[in-house]
Amino acid sequence: MKTILEVQDLCKSFRLSPKQQKLEKTNSKIKKAVDHLSFSAYEGEIFGLLGPNGAGKTTTLRMLATLIRPDSGDALVDGASILSQPEDVRTKIGFLTSELKLEEFFTPNYLFDFFSELHQVPPALRDQRKKTLFQRFGIQQFAEVKVANLSTGMKQKASLAISLVHDPQIVIFDEPTNGLDVLTAKVVTDFLQELKEQGKTLIVSTHIFSLIEKICDRVGIIVNGRMVLCDTLAAVTAGQSLEDRFFELYKEVAGEEA
Amino acid sequence: MKNRIGTIAKKELARFFGDKRVALTTLLLPGILIYVLYTFMGSALSNMYSVDDAYAFRLSAVNLPASIQSAAEAGGLSFSPIGQDQVDSAKQELEDKELDLCAVFPENFDEAMTAYDSSSGQPAPQVSLYFNSTSSTSSQAYQLVTGLLDGYESALANKFDVNHGGETYDLASQKDTTGTVFASMLPMLLMLFLFSGCMAVAPESIAGEKERGTIATLLVTPMKRSDLAIGKILALALIALLSGISSALGTVLALPKLMGAASDQLNANVYTPADYALLGVVILSSVLLLITLISLVSCFARTIKEAQTAVIPLMIVVMFIGITAMFGDGARTEWFYYLIPLYNSVQCMVGIFSFDIEPALILATVLSNLVYTGMGVFLLTKMFNSERIMFSK
Repeated sequence: MKTILEVQDLCKSFRLSPKQQKLEKTNSKIKKAVDHLSFSAYEGEIFGLLGPNGAGKTTTLRMLATLIRPDSGDALVDGASILSQPEDVRTKIGFLTSELKLEEFFTPNYLFDFFSELHQVPPALRDQRKKTLFQRFGIQQFAEVKVANLSTGMKQKASLAISLVHDPQIVIFDEPTNGLDVLTAKVVTDFLQELKEQGKTLIVSTHIFSLIEKICDRVGIIVNGRMVLCDTLAAVTAGQSLEDRFFELYKEVAGEEA
Repeated sequence: MKNRIGTIAKKELARFFGDKRVALTTLLLPGILIYVLYTFMGSALSNMYSVDDAYAFRLSAVNLPASIQSAAEAGGLSFSPIGQDQVDSAKQELEDKELDLCAVFPENFDEAMTAYDSSSGQPAPQVSLYFNSTSSTSSQAYQLVTGLLDGYESALANKFDVNHGGETYDLASQKDTTGTVFASMLPMLLMLFLFSGCMAVAPESIAGEKERGTIATLLVTPMKRSDLAIGKILALALIALLSGISSALGTVLALPKLMGAASDQLNANVYTPADYALLGVVILSSVLLLITLISLVSCFARTIKEAQTAVIPLMIVVMFIGITAMFGDGARTEWFYYLIPLYNSVQCMVGIFSFDIEPALILATVLSNLVYTGMGVFLLTKMFNSERIMFSK
C-alpha cells in the first residue's frame, strides 16, 4: 500500500475572545483546535475522521486544503508539502465543504467551465468530464439554471461536480452528507465509493457512525484535537459497534482530562 | 499564468454585465441623472433671476422730476406719482410685494442738482430707492432704475466714455473661459464620479465574495493569489472607468446649461484629441489606484456593508483633494507634487483643462500611480494569503 497522504504532527490554535473563554470555562487565551495530530492515508482507500463537534476535524481538513496554515507540523499530499508547495497541493486535491460556496449568480455550466479554466483543463477534456459528471448527478437539465435557484441537494451535487473538474487523485470531503435528504445523501455516498473504485483516495470527516461503517476502510478518531485511535475499521471496532467503541474511547479520554 | 488573470477578469465582467439591472444602474443611470439634474438646476437658477419681458413694473415716485420721467418712459418704465405722506404705505406695499419700487426725490431735484458743486464738500442731493430684494421683480426694477439714474448722472457731466464703441472688449476667448471653468470644476467632479464608480463594484466583488463564502472556493484552486488580485482589479477598474465616463459625459453635456448665460463661452470642443488622450491616460491610472485602495478596504471588511462604511473616510479625502482644484492659479509646476497619490491626478486634470501641463508631469503622475497600484496589488495578495483576514467572522 502506497502512502499518499502523510500528516505529521499538525498543530493549530486559535485565539479566544474573553466571551469565548467564559463559554469554554478556561483562563487560557489560546484554544488548541488541533494538537500534534498525525496520520497517514493510503492510495485508493476511504479514510474517515470521526469526532464530535469541535474536535478539530474541519480545521485539520482546512489545513490539508491549504486554506489555513498550521502553527507547526506539516503534511505531504502526494509528496507536496502544504507549507512549501501549497499550489501543487491544490492541483492534487479536490476539497469540498459547506463552507465553500458557489457564486449564486452563475449557472453550474458556467462555473464548471470557469473552474476548469482556473485548473487549466483543456476544453475537450473539460467537456467530456462535464458530460459524465452532470449525467451522474442529474445536473444536465439544471445546467443553465442559476445556482441561486437550485435546491439544496442540487446545489450540493453541483458543488461536488465542480470540485472535481481537474479529476484530482485525492478528494477531501468535510461532512459529506450534512443537510442532505436520504436520497441525495445516498447519491453522494454511492459516488464516494465509485471514486474509490476508480482508484482515488478519499478523506472524509463526519460525526455520523453509520457513514463511517458504510464506506470507510480506515478510521481515525479525534477528540479535543488529538488522534485517539487510528486503524482499520475492523481493528477499531474489535467486534463492537462503532458507536459503542467510540463512547468507550471518549469516556477514557474525557475522563483523563476532567 | 496570465491565462488565469484573464479567467478571473472575464468572470468579474460576466458577473457585472450579466446582471442587466446592476449594469444599467451603474453605467447609464449616473450619466442620465447628472444630465437631468444639472440641466434642471441650470434652468431653475436662471429662472430665479429673470423676469418676463412683458412684465409691467409697479413703480411709484415722490417728486418725480420731468427729466427723469421722460428718460424712464424712453426705457419703458412708468412711475405713478404719489405724495410724501404716502411713502409709508408704499413701504408697506413693498414689504407685501404689491409694489416693485418706490423712488423718493427731494423737492426741486433738478435745480438742486444743477446747483450742486461736487468740490464743495457738501452732501449731494439724495435719491432714495425703496425695494424688496426677496422679490425678483423688485430686484430687477431696482437694477433698472439704478442704471437709469446712473446713466442720467453720467450724461449730465459727460467728460469721457468707457467701452462705448460697440466692440467686444472682453478678450477672454471661448477657449480661456472654458479652460477656467472646466479646470476649477471638473477635476473634483471627475474624481468623485470615478470614486463612486469604484464604490459601486469593489465592495460587492471582494467583501461580497468573502461574505458569501465564494472566495474560499477560488482560494482552493491552484491559482496564485496575485492572479486573483490582478484579475479582479483590472476588471473592476474597467467597470468603474465606464461608470465614471458615463457620469463625466452627463456633466460635460449639461455644464453649458448649468452655467446659464455664460454658456456661449463654454465649449468642450476647444480641447484637442491630444488633450483628451492625456486626460484619458491620467484617468486610467487614477482609476487603477482608486480601485486598488477600495479593494484593500473591502478586503479588510467582513461584509459589503462594513466595506461601504469603511470607504467613506477615503471618499472625504478624495473630495477634499478634488476641491483643491478650485483654488490656486492653474496646475503646480514642481514635479514632487506629482508623486502624491490622488493629488497628482487632480493637478494633472487642472493642467490639462487649463491648457498648461508638462508631459513630464503627466508621466510622473501615471508612473507613480502605477507604482502605488503595484504596491496595492502586492498588499492585496498578502491579504488573500492571510487566513485571519480572509476567514475572520
